[in-house]
Amino acid sequence: MDSPIVSVHGLRKRYGDLEALAGLDLAVAPGTVYGLLGPNGAGKSTVVRILSTLTRATAGQATVAGHDVAARPDAVREAIGLAGQHAAVDEKLTGRENLRIFGRLARLGRRGARRRADDLLERFELTEAADRLVSTYSGGMRRRVDLIASLLRAPAVLFLDEPTTGLDPRSRLDIWAIVRELVAEGTTVLLTTQYLDEADHLASAVAVIDHGRVIAEGSPAELKARIGSHVDVEVGGEADLAGAVAVLERLTGGRPAVEDLRIVTGVPGRAPSVPQLVRELDAAGVVVQDVGVRRPSLDDVFLTLTGRTAGTGGAGGGTTGTPQDGPEAQKARRRERSTEGATA
Amino acid sequence: MIVLADGLTLVQRKLLHLRHQPGTLVAMLVMPAVMVVLFGFVFGSAIKVPGGGNYREYLMPGLFVMTGMFALSSAMVDVAADQGRGVTDRLRSMPTARAAVPVGQTGADTVTGLIGLLILLASGLAFGWRAHHGLGHALGAVGVLLLFRCTMSWVGTYLGLIMPSEQTADALAPLTLPLSMLSNAFVPTDGMPGWLRVVCEGNPISAAVAACRSLFGNPGATAAGGSWPLAHPLAATLLWSALLLAVFVPLSVRRFTRAGL
Ligand SMILES: Nc1ncnc2c1ncn2[C@@H]1O[C@H](COP(=O)(O)OP(=O)(O)OP(=O)(O)O)[C@@H](O)[C@H]1O
Ligand SMILES: [Mg+2]
Repeated sequence: MDSPIVSVHGLRKRYGDLEALAGLDLAVAPGTVYGLLGPNGAGKSTVVRILSTLTRATAGQATVAGHDVAARPDAVREAIGLAGQHAAVDEKLTGRENLRIFGRLARLGRRGARRRADDLLERFELTEAADRLVSTYSGGMRRRVDLIASLLRAPAVLFLDEPTTGLDPRSRLDIWAIVRELVAEGTTVLLTTQYLDEADHLASAVAVIDHGRVIAEGSPAELKARIGSHVDVEVGGEADLAGAVAVLERLTGGRPAVEDLRIVTGVPGRAPSVPQLVRELDAAGVVVQDVGVRRPSLDDVFLTLTGRTAGTGGAGGGTTGTPQDGPEAQKARRRERSTEGATA
Repeated sequence: MIVLADGLTLVQRKLLHLRHQPGTLVAMLVMPAVMVVLFGFVFGSAIKVPGGGNYREYLMPGLFVMTGMFALSSAMVDVAADQGRGVTDRLRSMPTARAAVPVGQTGADTVTGLIGLLILLASGLAFGWRAHHGLGHALGAVGVLLLFRCTMSWVGTYLGLIMPSEQTADALAPLTLPLSMLSNAFVPTDGMPGWLRVVCEGNPISAAVAACRSLFGNPGATAAGGSWPLAHPLAATLLWSALLLAVFVPLSVRRFTRAGL
């Protein structure tokens, strides 16, 4: 790749006894979206806070847009935009006032800030609500104002910490559309998320982090290929089972497992589409009650990579006090998982 | 220069709050108004002003200073709220001058303080309070009051920055009321037990109140047998402000720059 616009080597951060980052390496290519995927407490926000000069690393090195974050924080601040986990805008001001004030603080000048705020409000379709107090905005609108506030200086690198957590699907799509537009214009985006599908839709490269370490890295397709998906088929009667199993074996290359009238097939790599499955099963004369393809979730990613689920408890980054599974237990569960299809 | 420009932008931010919620100005005045009624009319009849004089004339400078003291709690709550909602982090991630944020907060508190003070002075005049030593001294008293308010705002800004959460700040804010009552603002200190008298006369609020009384020519400016701060209230007030500012300005700026590092 081009020389990375964000690069991180051996980054560590301790909070007392807790090691929030335990030697993390990242390289983000310019003009791309890089996704940091991980459960609660994995260290995602800590990475973002260090890269945006809010916190200093305990050890390791990080550069953003060619500047070392510890040595040249001012230069880094000129080059970045940050939208954190909260909608960090002033609720007691209107959207437009917020953007004008932040624009002036971002050194755009009075007139420049005014013009930029109006342009961005128009572009991201907030003109109608622009003169209402932010306290009257919906969650989605707040996030959008917050995102716009991070774009005032047209940053080279934009950090988005869980930009869509807590949003309804519609607002989520709005944010995704904005991110895509920005990247098309050449902005580099580093975003954290707990949702695999978000990384899948937006990011060209993903690092899965857990306990402050990168445990897997690659394109979303590569990650999913490592994890696979599941095809669920429910047939009309016993007589249909054999035919369905044959079709599923042929289409997926996996080993279908039968339970009553349900057939579950683990698929390494890409699963066939639902229409294709319906078509082929129909052509084989199988009566089908239900067909579904379950895409891998973050839980599946974690289960496969660590043997643990990604729920808030299990991977709480050491905060929950959950005793760590021994390697034996992890291996056992991984085994269980990989043979699920055959034994179920 | 940049600090000043950014500071002014942040002052403007706070003034916009006032424009959207003029009710906060009213709220700022409700407490002193309650105090005027409570002390001026209810307790006032039983309180004897040292050296004689009208109790309401004695009371008003106490209320002026008390509203200045409220800048401590309001700055603390504002700053803790900004921090809790990520606004402070946003500012710290921008090329904004580091010192501008506390400067903006305290500058805004001083400006709103002036607005509040003007309204309070007007209501004082309506209650029969007067400034007896002419315009020059009266302006001097206003200057002392603004300096006091600005100082309290710096203390509050620092406290806000070290608050673990907005809720803690909210819970602590009402404590400024008893703090301002541990002084000569409402009752003369000469009738208090010895130890309490020392505490109350050492309170910077007492010095500021006494300074205002003497500049406005209101009764009870110097208590008989009073301690040094009350014998030299103006000097004591200036010294207190200089001392508190010398401590809390650098502390706040440092804390803002380095918080979370
Ligand atoms: N200021 C702090 N003091 C002490 N511990 C902290 C601090 N900030 C973060 N931590 C701890 O560091 C670990 C990583 O936290 P971080 O906020 O980076 O996780 P995250 O991946 O962003 O999680 P989430 O999905 O919940 O936002 C957690 O265990 C957290 O409790
Ligand atoms: Mg986080």
